[in-house]
Amino acid sequence: MEQTKIIDLKNISKSYGGETVLNDINLYIRDKEFVTLLGPSGCGKTTTLRIIGGFETPDTGEVCFDGVKINDVPPYKRHVNTVFQRYALFPHLNVFENVAFGLRVAKVKEAEIVKRVKETLELVNLKGFERRSVTTLSGGQQQRVAIARALVNNPKVLLLDEPLAALDLKLRKDMQNELKALHERTGITFIYVTHDQEEALSMSDTIVVMANGRIQQIGTPTDIYNEPKNAFVADFIGESNILDGVMLDDFRAKFAGHEFKCLDSGFEKNEPVDIVVRPEDVDIVDADKGMLKGTVTSITFKGVHWEIIVDIQGFKWMIQTTDYCAPDSEIGLFIEPDAIHVMKKSEYSDMFGDYSSYSEEFDELSVAEPAEEEKTE
Amino acid sequence: MKKKSFLEKAAAVPHFVWMILFIVAPLLFVIYFAFTDSNGAFTFDNILNLSSYGDIFLMSVLFAFIATVVCLLIGYPLAFFMSRLKPSAQKVFVLLLMLPMWISLLIRTYSLLAMLDNGGLLNSLLNAIGLPTVKIVGTRGAVILGMVYDFLPYMVLPIYTTLSKLDVRYFEAAEDLGCSSVMTVFKVALPLSKSGIISGITMVFVPSISTFYISQKLGGGRFDLIGDTIERQFLMNNNKNVGAAISLVMMILILISVAVMNRFGDDDGGELIV
Repeated sequence: MEQTKIIDLKNISKSYGGETVLNDINLYIRDKEFVTLLGPSGCGKTTTLRIIGGFETPDTGEVCFDGVKINDVPPYKRHVNTVFQRYALFPHLNVFENVAFGLRVAKVKEAEIVKRVKETLELVNLKGFERRSVTTLSGGQQQRVAIARALVNNPKVLLLDEPLAALDLKLRKDMQNELKALHERTGITFIYVTHDQEEALSMSDTIVVMANGRIQQIGTPTDIYNEPKNAFVADFIGESNILDGVMLDDFRAKFAGHEFKCLDSGFEKNEPVDIVVRPEDVDIVDADKGMLKGTVTSITFKGVHWEIIVDIQGFKWMIQTTDYCAPDSEIGLFIEPDAIHVMKKSEYSDMFGDYSSYSEEFDELSVAEPAEEEKTE
Repeated sequence: MKKKSFLEKAAAVPHFVWMILFIVAPLLFVIYFAFTDSNGAFTFDNILNLSSYGDIFLMSVLFAFIATVVCLLIGYPLAFFMSRLKPSAQKVFVLLLMLPMWISLLIRTYSLLAMLDNGGLLNSLLNAIGLPTVKIVGTRGAVILGMVYDFLPYMVLPIYTTLSKLDVRYFEAAEDLGCSSVMTVFKVALPLSKSGIISGITMVFVPSISTFYISQKLGGGRFDLIGDTIERQFLMNNNKNVGAAISLVMMILILISVAVMNRFGDDDGGELIV
């Protein structure tokens, strides 16, 4: 199925004061797609979005919209609209006037403005809020006004810059569903920037994982989760045990001192690789029946499952299971061939995937995004 | 409620004494003189006779109004330009703007006089290249030029402060929604910097309407403004009663105009520096 490329980024690079923010980005976005740019703080995802919006110009490369190069087209002439991080609603205008702003600038007739603003406010569940001042709205309501203000102009592409970052967890989940529904109803291409992997997995058609100004992987949520390309992607999306291994032959991998059957092929004989095993894909068996044997060092109740840290020859594995295992007990691990994913070695090898220093607090801290990411001059 | 400690009360004493000595007492004197004759007897005559100064009041308001409008027209674009610069460049511009304010108003006005006078710098230059002398000092234009020159920083600084605090994303949002850069100024920057504009207008209008020195020097003594009249009543005619009455009326006029300006800025809670 060949859909038209609505946006095409070719060899985009950008640096600020000698620091490379984007390094040779190649990315196309198909019409009506929901694409998420996902990555940690400073990975270049917001800069990429701002280049599409016209707020930044790339140092090198081409930005194409519907096949036309738009590098030098200013934002106000582009058929894209942006939902800004922390909304940037105009405080001197009420809800109606905020939403009507773009239409007034475009000199749309008053009757049509009233009609379209009303429809759009209904679309985002803000019927009856027309005369309210935007400063009196809650975060979730402001968010909806920001979305309405962008959508009312019928853009071809909607850019969303961490739109849910300022909302609390419950509201964030609701808004995820609403955004997805909005995307389906409007048929507009959404380009969504976030550092939240769960948001990306649950909403996107396509995820673009970025780190250090480069695209690490482009794929569907299931591809990205099940077939991560390198240790960075495996670690950033979900939890992963990432081990050093050797590909003995097609479908035969050796790691943690044991030989496993797997489903991967196409590597050279005895090629060193990174092995990913997701914590939920490991079965716990009796110590003597397991492929691997280890000692439970900690166990945490997570509601749906237990999270166990197991020490196997000094490497700490994370395992999610519904069975309780007492700390210090010896358990065996059983891993099915389809639970093993083999990746080529990369610059990110050995940086992730061991849970020896793992603590939740630390994890939260490293994920939490500073408010002002990627300062722009 | 926690009671204020002795130390907290004591800290306010010097300021209180200062206020009573130099603000409250003189005010009371002005009111007293305004309603008494030279013998100290109560009278409304001073106030009632002020109608003969109507022209002077009118001209002062007109001069101050023109100076304020000119300051706004020059000052707003300058403030906007400054607020969009890199932070380091902004500091340089603020310094350049503040620098003349560190020099006494009298000296600034004198130096302007020295430049514009018939034998001054400007005319020497004009003569040197064979052009005739231009008579500037002694015209209405010179008085307004002096007011603009002296008070422009008071217009620029509050507007600049408001603009530089505005989130850049407002401008980006406006551009995103189809505004060219000129439209962004009118649709976003102007309404969001209203409180700065109002402070700027107040801070230029009030000193302009009460100035006496500028009109005396640059107007060549040909234009009597309220300030000049008050000064003459006190120092030359030695008629402090009429002087006080004019002062009182001017003060009330200023208070009214400030109150009106404040009303305009009310809806966005613009805090005024008066």
